[in-house]
Amino acid sequence: MSSPADTEPRKLDLIDKAALNPELDDLTRKDYEWGFVTDIEQESLPPGLDEGTVRFISAKKNEPEWLLEWRLKAFRHWQTMTEPTWALVDYPPIDYQAISYYAAPKSDADKPQSLDEVDPELLETYEKLGIPLAERAALAGVAVDAVFDSVSVATTFKDKLGELGIIFCSFSEAVQEHPELVRKYLGSVVPQKDNYFSALNCAVFSDGSFVYIPKGVRCPMELSTYFRINAANTGQFERTLIVADEGSHVSYLEGCTAPMRDENQLHAAVVELVALDDAQIKYSTVQNWYPGDKNGVGGIYNFVTKRGACRGARSKISWTQVETGSAITWKYPSCILQGDDSVGEFYSVALTNNHQQADTGTKMIHIGKNTTSTIISKGISAGKAQNTYRGEVTMLAGAENARNYSQCDSLLMGDECGAHTFPYIEVKNPTAHLEHEASTSKIGEDQIFYLNQRGLGTEDAVNLIVNGFCKDVFRELPMEFAVEAQKLLSVSLEGAVG
Amino acid sequence: MTNDNTPLLEIRGVRATAGGKEILKGLDLKVGPGEVHAIMGPNGAGKSTLARALTGHQDAEVTGGEVLFRGKPLLDLEPEERAREGLFLAFQYPVESPGVNNSTLLREGLNAIREHRGEDELDAIDFLQIAKAKADLLEMDHAMLGRAVNHGFSGGEKKRNEVLQMLVLEPVVAVLDETDSGLDIDALKVVAKGVNALRGAGRSFVVITHYQRLLDYIVPDFVHVLADGRIVKSGPKELALELEEKGYGWIEEELSEASAS
Repeated sequence: MSSPADTEPRKLDLIDKAALNPELDDLTRKDYEWGFVTDIEQESLPPGLDEGTVRFISAKKNEPEWLLEWRLKAFRHWQTMTEPTWALVDYPPIDYQAISYYAAPKSDADKPQSLDEVDPELLETYEKLGIPLAERAALAGVAVDAVFDSVSVATTFKDKLGELGIIFCSFSEAVQEHPELVRKYLGSVVPQKDNYFSALNCAVFSDGSFVYIPKGVRCPMELSTYFRINAANTGQFERTLIVADEGSHVSYLEGCTAPMRDENQLHAAVVELVALDDAQIKYSTVQNWYPGDKNGVGGIYNFVTKRGACRGARSKISWTQVETGSAITWKYPSCILQGDDSVGEFYSVALTNNHQQADTGTKMIHIGKNTTSTIISKGISAGKAQNTYRGEVTMLAGAENARNYSQCDSLLMGDECGAHTFPYIEVKNPTAHLEHEASTSKIGEDQIFYLNQRGLGTEDAVNLIVNGFCKDVFRELPMEFAVEAQKLLSVSLEGAVG
Repeated sequence: MTNDNTPLLEIRGVRATAGGKEILKGLDLKVGPGEVHAIMGPNGAGKSTLARALTGHQDAEVTGGEVLFRGKPLLDLEPEERAREGLFLAFQYPVESPGVNNSTLLREGLNAIREHRGEDELDAIDFLQIAKAKADLLEMDHAMLGRAVNHGFSGGEKKRNEVLQMLVLEPVVAVLDETDSGLDIDALKVVAKGVNALRGAGRSFVVITHYQRLLDYIVPDFVHVLADGRIVKSGPKELALELEEKGYGWIEEELSEASAS
């Protein structure tokens, strides 16, 4: 791992965000992005997508030939594919030629010059979420370069990980510094041709995160992207690859509770996880991209492919997600349980309000013997929103004694929203055990009145009900995330009742 | 302003509709400190609508009259504000809340009321001590505190849980809406014990019931007959016995005679 002194500011970008790790939170940070912006200001691409676009991006990132070929292969295949329509989401056709696939961050002059110029509603939300004043300006994209003012956090963080041989860096940096690892694992879980959106990501991905945990190492801290800051360029087509070598453990946090605004309406990220023998990966997400306004105008389309391979025996991959943002969510974090005795878990809270639509769930593919999987899905729907659980449990012929437990619960608030459940089960081995439980309930006016009568205000009553509904998932989140997630749900549901 | 003799609850000419139909047609009732008032009456007389109108349930729309709670107007307040002022309703049909822990609800409710009174919040440990002591009084298993609110409770457990909540929240005026229905005699005695434990100079009860038997254990100071949306007859506790014996027909006759003359 390179020492901090000779690390380019740009490369520290992700580490800087990671420095928001709570244990280091009292320290301040330097905004590295500034110099970076100046460097590439002239480098935006006009809208449009062809092979030239892919070549441009690859060249911009100084990528090796094999990666360019890899991107091109994906792109050529993508051109032969059609956008999937099976999800229960409704949106106008996306014009892929109208999107700019390489855009520089906004220039200083284009950004708000102070918090006074920022949408007051956004600021109010920061307030409610308890986001420190110093961070609010950065989150809102204010042109201030002295918000964070220290290199020490990032340095401390990176040194500590470096001593253990842990690699945690931006994807672009990994391509330069650790090409052998990237080449070995990139696309090994989500192949280029996997699906329409992942193929597009393979062709034009901008940046993302790379993690490698060496054999037998337990990562001593939660690795968090907090791509909320300085990430103007990575959000749209993000690429994450996490490899946990034999016997290693890592817990990774993605996203944050602060509402994320982005001018790029289409997001198509890919996350690949690889767990070798006895390795464990815990991947926690809080997704709060801009959901659009109350009338359903605007909002992010979030088409994400997340998949983990439990490649080794006794390996374990656990997905926990709290999805409250985006106008459209299309996301199925999955586990391929290849190693014998491997374990896959999926814990999800998906909340949709107003005109949001979410079609989310998981796939558990049991290949190895004695593989087990657990699915706990909690969908909350309010306003005019539609919330769908879509899950698939497959037990192949060799999966002796495979087990799955699935629980899918839906909570409805009001009369205009919808909850839908599509569980698919395919079993090719007679020793398999599956359990599936599902429920749909509605927060009724009588239920709220009852809590009102005990002295609770309506918002507190709704929060109590919703948090009770979600507690099986929240307890899987790292502590700080769980507290934030509870607050986030209450903010997201404001005005949903009464 | 309030003094020691100000009624805790004073209902003046209250009219209320439910489902578009006028149910309460000018109801008057004055409940002094420390008093227990029983309200009896035939089905459809408006007993439950009265409970709803007092607590602010949206299904009962008050169209006239006023209610004073410790001398202050009550009807402009939100349901939770009425609760924090000290008005409690033991529900006829307690509502289930899966996922919401019984003791969490009680602690949040109690702390909301304490905050309203300018008192400090209770922490989880202090609260639990109080809650357990009250549960003991009602011969309830402490495990009930850890269960989801009314979820999977038997009918009797739900009623007992209502009384437990009342004991913990220590209201100024408690309205018990047919708390005796669905209880066997042993459970009834336990519930009555809980109510009697709370009786005192600063607290009053409005006990809505169909049957006299509850009043053997919660002895009222006054008995009122609610018929056709009004209190049509009031009397001492013996009135309940008379009603038990003779039904409500004779009162209706008395009324029609009175209106004829």
